[in-house]
Amino acid sequence: YTFECCYNSLTFLFFSFRRQDVLTVTPWLAPIVWEGTFNAEILDSAYRPLNLTVGVTAFAIGKYTRFVGRFLESAEKHFMKGYRVNYYIFTDNPETIPTVQLQPGRRLVIVPIKKYPSWQEISMRRMEAINKHIAETSHGEVDYLFCLDIDMVFYNAWGPETLGDIVAALHPGYFNVPRSQFPYERRSSSAAHIPDGEGDFYYGGAVFGGLVKKVYEFTKTCHMTILTDKANGIMAAWQEESHLNRHFLSHKPSKVLSPEYLWDDRKPKPPEIHLIRFSTVDKDYKEIRD
Amino acid sequence: ADVCTFGMLISKVDICAEEICVCLYEFYRSFKDYLHSHIPCRRRDVLVLTPWLAPIVWEGTFSRDILNAQYMQKKLVTGVVTFAVKKYVQFIEGFMSSANKYFLAGHQVIFYLFTDNPEQIPHIQMAPENRLFVIPVQNHSRWQDISMSRMDIISRYIRSQFQYEVHYLYSIDVDVQLFEHIGVEIIDALVGTISSWQYTARRESKSYETRTESQAAIPKGEGDFYYTASFYGGSVAEVYKLTRACFKGVMKDRENGIEARWHDESHLNKYLLYHKPTRLLSPEYYWDAELSRPRIIQVKRMCSVHKNKRRQVIRSIMWAMLSCHVFLPLDFTII
Repeated sequence: YTFECCYNSLTFLFFSFRRQDVLTVTPWLAPIVWEGTFNAEILDSAYRPLNLTVGVTAFAIGKYTRFVGRFLESAEKHFMKGYRVNYYIFTDNPETIPTVQLQPGRRLVIVPIKKYPSWQEISMRRMEAINKHIAETSHGEVDYLFCLDIDMVFYNAWGPETLGDIVAALHPGYFNVPRSQFPYERRSSSAAHIPDGEGDFYYGGAVFGGLVKKVYEFTKTCHMTILTDKANGIMAAWQEESHLNRHFLSHKPSKVLSPEYLWDDRKPKPPEIHLIRFSTVDKDYKEIRD
Repeated sequence: ADVCTFGMLISKVDICAEEICVCLYEFYRSFKDYLHSHIPCRRRDVLVLTPWLAPIVWEGTFSRDILNAQYMQKKLVTGVVTFAVKKYVQFIEGFMSSANKYFLAGHQVIFYLFTDNPEQIPHIQMAPENRLFVIPVQNHSRWQDISMSRMDIISRYIRSQFQYEVHYLYSIDVDVQLFEHIGVEIIDALVGTISSWQYTARRESKSYETRTESQAAIPKGEGDFYYTASFYGGSVAEVYKLTRACFKGVMKDRENGIEARWHDESHLNKYLLYHKPTRLLSPEYYWDAELSRPRIIQVKRMCSVHKNKRRQVIRSIMWAMLSCHVFLPLDFTII
């Protein structure tokens, strides 16, 4: 039989930018960013003239300060190259933060923070800390803000394709399993509860961001639901990640990043993942969480 | 239809090139159903995302329920601008009645109807959420001038009036009818509609202005899509910038004694090449009734009103006959 397709100069370009093996648009028309869906040059030429400053928050508490050096060095190589970047490293131990050579237009800001007794508490207090910091400082310094885990490394380009009003990332462990297996908080007594049969995706807590105003709003909401749970003596299954998933169910992200932007190196690479951009550092969880 | 007419018709029927879809064999390639299997909307036969990550809206890519829930939270008002000058007043009734039924049904819409003949406007039953403003406008002797002055009028009225009344604004040709819902999936900062002519073999008939003397000129080999001037829009701020830029281009061309090949549409295409739309509407959203519909167009939401009724009937019969093919429609020139 005959093929219906016809390539001409106008549309030939687009055949190099398409992915058919994965979902690239959500049902609410937010793009899902995979390698092969975007042209980095076009996006760069649209965003560069806007003179944006992108902020990054990362928490290095207790033994997690050992990850800062590698995080920053790899970010200098791959994160928003050519843009102004402010790294906000929240730490209880400012002296242990190494000095890393930064490109022009990029700076490191150390934000002293209190250390909480348990790692779960530390993790969940991030929302409050980020929210407070935006209100006090970063709202006037950055246009977009990404909140990333520190125990990760950049391996490939992370560019303006990630910028959007509200940005979430697909968790690497759950992007290719049925929804019934998503580890949402299932107890109805929790404010992070998502009933069976609901939910769009399972988003990872290690990567989220967006316009600084939007990040302010949703970190506040998440912190409120975390406090509600605390008052009721319950802690969600995956701490703030559960609350984030609950929030993004009713306030859908305007852009979703594929697991390329939040990978776990312990996992074998499936065919859908063409490029790993940001991934976990191998570590002994028991040792590091005290 | 007699054999002679039928033969003539076949040679004129447009061949569907369908550039923006993949080869059919890919359609049957195995697809991992467990990947987001709970998400009902998928289209793999068409491009659903541009290289600058703007979604392209096709039937099957979105859930209107989810989008409506988001839209409702924001309490937005949308405006529609349309022009009915000279004999185009005959289209008002059909346009307004179908738009009231299908355009952002259930949401607040303000229609701005520009006409040179306000007395000739028939009574229009408006949906309770909608409003109609009839605005008198001067006509021109040439339809091309009428067409190009739309840009100027829209930008001036945004500045003086629309920006205070609506959040989003869409310009739609009046000689159309809506047959299916056009909903909040169209709402975004800067929205262009892919021309239905993108799918015809005679691409040269609808393409960019190439003469470098014109402000609308696009260098050879460049261009993303061909957008139709019959349906575009976005936020009032973005539409203001677009219409101002296009009209500036029109005026500059006029000074230089040149007129762009497809008039305001050429200028629109130039603008959208260098200011990428944040959302694209597939040709479902404006289908030129002259053309036969390829398989990838599952829904025709808004169509131009065909002036020649007889041709329209014959085409529908032909399409119905040819749709019986299980495989692809054969190349019509072979027939």
